[in-house]
Amino acid sequence: MLDQLPAIIIAVPLIAAAVCALIRNETVCWLIALVVAFASFVGSATMLGQVQKYGEDISYKLGGWAPPVGIEYKVDLLAGYVLVLVSLIATAVLIYGRQSVKLEIKKNLHGWYYTMYLLCMCGLLGIVITGDAFNAFVFMEISSLSMYTLIALGKDRRAVAAAYQYLIMGTIGATMYIIGVGLLFTITGTLNMADLAMRLVPLLDTPAAISGMAFIIVGLSLKIALFPLHLWLPNAYAFAPSAVTSFLAATATKVSIYLLMRYLYTVFGFGFSIERTPIPEVIMVLSLLAIFAGSFTALFQENIKRMLAYSSVAQIGYITLGIALANATGLTGSLVHIFNHAVMKGALFMLVGGIAMQVGTVRLSDMAGAGKAMPLTMFGFVLGGFSMIGVPGTVGFVSKWYLAMGALENGWWWIVALLMLSSLLVLVYMGRVIEVAFFRERPVDAIPLKEAPKSMIVTAWVFLLACVYLGFDTSFTVGVAEQAVNVLLGGVQ
Amino acid sequence: MEGLNELAFVLGGVNHWITVFLIMAGLYIIVSRSNMIKKLVGLSIFQTSVYLLYVSPGKIIGGTAPIISDDFTVYSNPLPHVLILTAIVVGVATLALGLALVIRINEAYGSIEEDDVYSGEDWN
Repeated sequence: MLDQLPAIIIAVPLIAAAVCALIRNETVCWLIALVVAFASFVGSATMLGQVQKYGEDISYKLGGWAPPVGIEYKVDLLAGYVLVLVSLIATAVLIYGRQSVKLEIKKNLHGWYYTMYLLCMCGLLGIVITGDAFNAFVFMEISSLSMYTLIALGKDRRAVAAAYQYLIMGTIGATMYIIGVGLLFTITGTLNMADLAMRLVPLLDTPAAISGMAFIIVGLSLKIALFPLHLWLPNAYAFAPSAVTSFLAATATKVSIYLLMRYLYTVFGFGFSIERTPIPEVIMVLSLLAIFAGSFTALFQENIKRMLAYSSVAQIGYITLGIALANATGLTGSLVHIFNHAVMKGALFMLVGGIAMQVGTVRLSDMAGAGKAMPLTMFGFVLGGFSMIGVPGTVGFVSKWYLAMGALENGWWWIVALLMLSSLLVLVYMGRVIEVAFFRERPVDAIPLKEAPKSMIVTAWVFLLACVYLGFDTSFTVGVAEQAVNVLLGGVQ
Repeated sequence: MEGLNELAFVLGGVNHWITVFLIMAGLYIIVSRSNMIKKLVGLSIFQTSVYLLYVSPGKIIGGTAPIISDDFTVYSNPLPHVLILTAIVVGVATLALGLALVIRINEAYGSIEEDDVYSGEDWN
């Protein structure tokens, strides 16, 4: 049973999705999805525990075919870390989202929602666990196609237009990725990532390898929504159903960043992709642009979901900045921020879902006086805001600390200054919401507000408390991230 | 002789030239057209280029399918074909979903011109 875990956590959601599609009863599908997501979480955590305990990667031969001929599922520390993150968020959003899904999605589509949700989770877990370049593409498309459908389930007609936009851009990204893999396959004859890394060593300077690398990086950057390839993201986040936004924001882009790291560090190797190509410089400039352009645009949004979406563009910039710093501390910051951002942005989008439910819109002007009527939601927003700014004692501080330390190690003090400046921008756009909610009176003729349903508040607050807890006790996030960085850099430093 | 070499370069890589042409043509259609169905046509052409990119290097002139027999010594690699079967399925699924979304957009907006859909809408 334990040996088969890598296959089980992929196969079970896939089969459960098909079962949900046949049943289509809201309660049954929700239960199935919840049980499966939680089982995936337990499975992922078990595998991460095993890898940590024995210090040995789990390698699973799919169908008994030994790699590099067969498809290999591989769980090392980094993969285990991201698997735990994805399955944890998937479980939490299921608990959180039931009420909001009932309200925001048409009744006859509830069963399909859980079908697509499970497929999407399966795809995301698959991207992380697979050690095969082409298999990663297939999982990427499973997760993306179900994600487009999930976004289009929104009641607003703009959700469909946003899903179409995402479909076009996402497919271009995935196709670019597969073109890159094709070029590498043509010169090496293998698709297994570890084997690819070995066979590429003498071929790294050939035009085919370099253009393959370029295609893969541009394709994945589209999926990551790295500035300026982020155009699909704000609309997709803003008009998807609230539960979908929480799930999407916390997992989809993170998994693509994971895959990018795999290519940069495992397949092409630190010695090539970081030291001998201009990739770190390019990513550095784009990350800084993402941080500032994202935060500036967030300042002017009326729709708070869209505001948080632009803030996600900025936060993705922080994560990729860690890659660009190209030292162990910076990369640790980047990995820690993958987890931290998922937790805090997940919580904020959950709270916004509650606001959407009670206020009826997510426009800032309609939220006047919400602080008094919905204290738990709005105080949660304040706490999440603190975490986004990076106030000490919250997770946001931990990741920014590591990024700043990484920058100082390279002697780039100006990056530290820019990080501080960007935190001020976060303060301003989160402050706008807090100002409207707490310091403005609710118009007399407006509908009276009450607190969102308990299930939504409780899940959001569990995440918010995790933001604080993980801000003090960093042994899980930083501990695993540091070990994973050692694996990624593989004794280079 | 110079000319012959260039000719060999152009003809020898003719599969790659076609691939590059399809990639560029597909991307150009996606970027330049406003009609959403035409954009999906472009996307399909773009994806089709990948099929050629994979399949053409897998073909060896005179090679057979990989059968273990003393009569055959030259084999074509079957893996690219299998991979592309998967990619074709993915392409079909993407196209189907894209078309379904266009139908929904047409129902909601009464137009499938991107200019009408995106510019007439308040996105905030």
